[in-house]
Amino acid sequence: MNPFSSGTRLRDMIRAIRACKTAAEERGVVRKECAAIRASINENDQDYRHRNMAKLMFIHMLGYPTHFGQMECLKLIASPGFPEKRIGYLGLMLLLDERQEVLMLVTNSLKQDLNHTNQYIVGLALCALGNICSAEMARDLAPEVERLLQFRDPNIRKKAALCSIRIIKKVPDLAENFINPATSLLREKHHGVLITGVQLCTDLCKTSTEALEHIRKKCTDGLVRSLRDLANSPYSPEYDIAGITDPFLHIRLLKLLRVLGEGDADASDSMNDILAQVATKTESNKVAGNAILYECVQTIMSIEDNGGLRVLAINILGRFLSNRDNNIRYVALNMLMRAVTADAQAVQRHRATILECVKDLDASIRKRALELVYVLVNETNVKPLVKELVDYLEVSDLDFREDLTTKICSIVAKFSPEKIWYIDQMLKVLSEAGNFVKDEVWYALIVVVSNASELHGYTVRALYRAFQTSAEQETLVRVTVWCIGEYGDMLVNNIGMLDIEDPITVTESDAVDVVEIAIKRHASDLTTKAMALVALLKLSSRFPSCSERIGEIIVQFKGNLVLELQQRAIEFNSVISKHQNIRSTLVERMPVLDEATFIGRRAGSLPGAASTATAPSVSLPNGLAKPAAPLVDLLDLSSDDPVAPSSSGGDFLQDLLGVDLSPASQQSGAGQASKSGTDVLLDLLSIGSPVQSNSVDILSSNTSNKAPVSPLDDLSSLSLSSRSASNAGPVIDLLGGISSSPPTENNGPVYPSVTAFESSSLRLTFNFTKQPGNPQTTVIQATFTNLSSNTYTDFVFQAAVPKFLQLHLDPASGNTLPATGNGSITQTLRVTNSQHGKKSLVMRIRIAYKINGKDTLEEGQISNFPRDL
Amino acid sequence: MIHFVLLISRQGKVRLTKWYSPYTQKERSKVIRELSGVILSRAPKLCNFVEWRGHKVVYKRYASLYFCMCIDDTDNELEVLEMIHHFVEILDRYFGSVCELDLIFNFHKAYYILDELLIAGELQESSKKTVARLIAAQDSLVETAKEEASSLSNIIAQATK
Repeated sequence: MNPFSSGTRLRDMIRAIRACKTAAEERGVVRKECAAIRASINENDQDYRHRNMAKLMFIHMLGYPTHFGQMECLKLIASPGFPEKRIGYLGLMLLLDERQEVLMLVTNSLKQDLNHTNQYIVGLALCALGNICSAEMARDLAPEVERLLQFRDPNIRKKAALCSIRIIKKVPDLAENFINPATSLLREKHHGVLITGVQLCTDLCKTSTEALEHIRKKCTDGLVRSLRDLANSPYSPEYDIAGITDPFLHIRLLKLLRVLGEGDADASDSMNDILAQVATKTESNKVAGNAILYECVQTIMSIEDNGGLRVLAINILGRFLSNRDNNIRYVALNMLMRAVTADAQAVQRHRATILECVKDLDASIRKRALELVYVLVNETNVKPLVKELVDYLEVSDLDFREDLTTKICSIVAKFSPEKIWYIDQMLKVLSEAGNFVKDEVWYALIVVVSNASELHGYTVRALYRAFQTSAEQETLVRVTVWCIGEYGDMLVNNIGMLDIEDPITVTESDAVDVVEIAIKRHASDLTTKAMALVALLKLSSRFPSCSERIGEIIVQFKGNLVLELQQRAIEFNSVISKHQNIRSTLVERMPVLDEATFIGRRAGSLPGAASTATAPSVSLPNGLAKPAAPLVDLLDLSSDDPVAPSSSGGDFLQDLLGVDLSPASQQSGAGQASKSGTDVLLDLLSIGSPVQSNSVDILSSNTSNKAPVSPLDDLSSLSLSSRSASNAGPVIDLLGGISSSPPTENNGPVYPSVTAFESSSLRLTFNFTKQPGNPQTTVIQATFTNLSSNTYTDFVFQAAVPKFLQLHLDPASGNTLPATGNGSITQTLRVTNSQHGKKSLVMRIRIAYKINGKDTLEEGQISNFPRDL
Repeated sequence: MIHFVLLISRQGKVRLTKWYSPYTQKERSKVIRELSGVILSRAPKLCNFVEWRGHKVVYKRYASLYFCMCIDDTDNELEVLEMIHHFVEILDRYFGSVCELDLIFNFHKAYYILDELLIAGELQESSKKTVARLIAAQDSLVETAKEEASSLSNIIAQATK
């Protein structure tokens, strides 16, 4: 033997490593050993290859790199003796995995060993193949494995069966080759072969429907018989576990029967008796018996319905659920979860016990139980269940709270019977676990609050109270700040008092205190601070007495390090100090946020099918008949869109402002604002002022005519003073001017004219022409006809288009529309489609006019343009 | 199916790992780190199942060792618990009241036994006796080969003297 090669034995190396006191020391020993092994490998030392491999495996287990030993595995496998092969295959399985290319080199050795005369060597090769084979190897060696399924020794047959499972998982196409040999394994008496054969058949059934049909037809009865023989077999010491003969075989047979019985009444029928027998006769005082019962229940619940058996199964689960062993309770919860779909009523009976499990000490059980409760909730039991869960929230572990909070919020949102209950529960959750509440959840809460006008006062007072105790919950703070900003006056004056509340005395400065605390708290993040700043601006108008103090707070933020806050503070400060006359209009209450749109947006799709002509709404939502309203409203499209737009219309709404104008982003506009300059618009929007990029257009188009200009002027001057530079991408012509213009000459291709908009009082038709040589641009002549018996004065038509379109409006032919179709107004629009040929035109319109001096407004969306415009 | 088998000591040392699903070396050490954190910190009376990354890990503690098996969400947890016990009993028979040190110094033997019990993450044999017989037969094959080798080297040594 070579006296210079590494001398330590495996045992000595392990001892040396174990004797190490520190990790560094251990690394030293391992480095030395590895160096010796590498040296030995380089010398191609045959005698120590065996021992080196064993050492490497140990070193590998400690987590050190051992890739340099991979080739040694192959050499050991290729050597003729059994001991070398044994350790070689072990190393192969341990040091390599199926993704390493080295593995391909072993295919040939494997093939030889699969045909070896020594059955133990065949066994080693099968074992290695079953544990690590890749798809390529599976393809190459499948015929050998298939042949070995009929080998004389049962121990090889069982190994070959499990190896086949791996092969068909890697290459499902090969499944059909295995169907016949697999079914013949089912007739064996040897338990090992039977267990593996049943397992192989189960996997075959899952991979190929052909196999499923074949086995269902040929083997169901045989399997039922095997199970019966097994269940009735006398005591056999070799396979006995806790008084039951071979529970493993029991379970596998039940599993295969389940696969065969699913969706097949005949097969299900033939196994009813034996399932009933197993379910009733199996001892349930040991793990093995319970494992069989558990499997049996699963089978009963999965196969075709048999009322009696189901009752039996649910009873077993009920027994499991009241068991004191945590493992049994865990599997019961697990199984009830699957049984819910089959028999929800029966599961509901165990609701109280399940609810107890939510409060269990064991995290695994809690998690299961919570999921089960979640599927058990319905309209009738939501109130008591949520009460329990919310109560538990107070005492639950911190790491469980996140899960619990999410589930409660989701249940409350899904099943809340009334808004006040929803608001109550959400406030409880926010005050208990507000830091775990996801953004969508509190956005949704604000949408609901804004829609429940009769609860505004109640909500803001409840939030005020909650804030006094739970000011550390970020999301609670945000919602509180938002609500105080919007409904602060209701808080102070106890407006909208419900019978159930106690009146509280809150002064104006108390309300400002809350916002001040929120904005000055160090833990508050940017979103909260930005929301607080907006709330302060709003309060400055609502509470004139506190205006000065608010001004001071805002001034403190003029030097804030966060650009967003600084900028906002400067803007708001100038609004407060220099623009008293328009402040109250600016800080109007937010228009009601549209629930349907919000929920639809959350679900990822907009509500409503594609409707070509949208129904016009004559009455204005939430009474926005103020002078500035049309403008605000037009910009604020998503929040009070009265009709469900078609899906393209939805994009259009978003495109219009060039930002994602979800209600959520409006509320937290400042949070997003740091991302792009465009978002700045949102903030201004939320207080009711126009987008500055548009304001330029508004000014230029309106100075030329005598439309109701003054409010617009005010607004635009505000935005110009606050920020004149426009950084909002392409400029969109939102509003057109109004004056007459001669119709343009038509000499392009002919398009049919369409009735773009029709209501009981007004009709709008479009005629289309294209200028030759400029296919992208369409000239639209709009003709307005009065269908009512009143004359319309101060008629203004406005239109808006998504970003990919450019719109130019010529002045209208007049601003008075005679009654009953006795005349018309015409106006020319020029639309340039930058996506010509890909997208068709869409347009959103708004028509304002006066009937006997009274303002009227109609709006709608036009998407029935001819294609190819 | 069983995705992997893991034996960890109470100190978090790995005593045996067997992977039936492909995990890279990096993933393997991450799995071991994560799981030993979760499992070793669980109180004794709790249930033996941990939900983990969409799978379940069934574990059972025997003296200072935790035997863990990771299974699919739909598998029978109780059966796997029984399987772990089955494995432990076979080890016990083979080593004669097995202890952690046996598994450290004869880790390869533990692997051989596991390979007679599981292939491709499925149970291979439900009879402890059969497993013991097969392992004994292979051990004796190794012994014979060793004896032959040493007598051969003796002959060579004598011949070259």
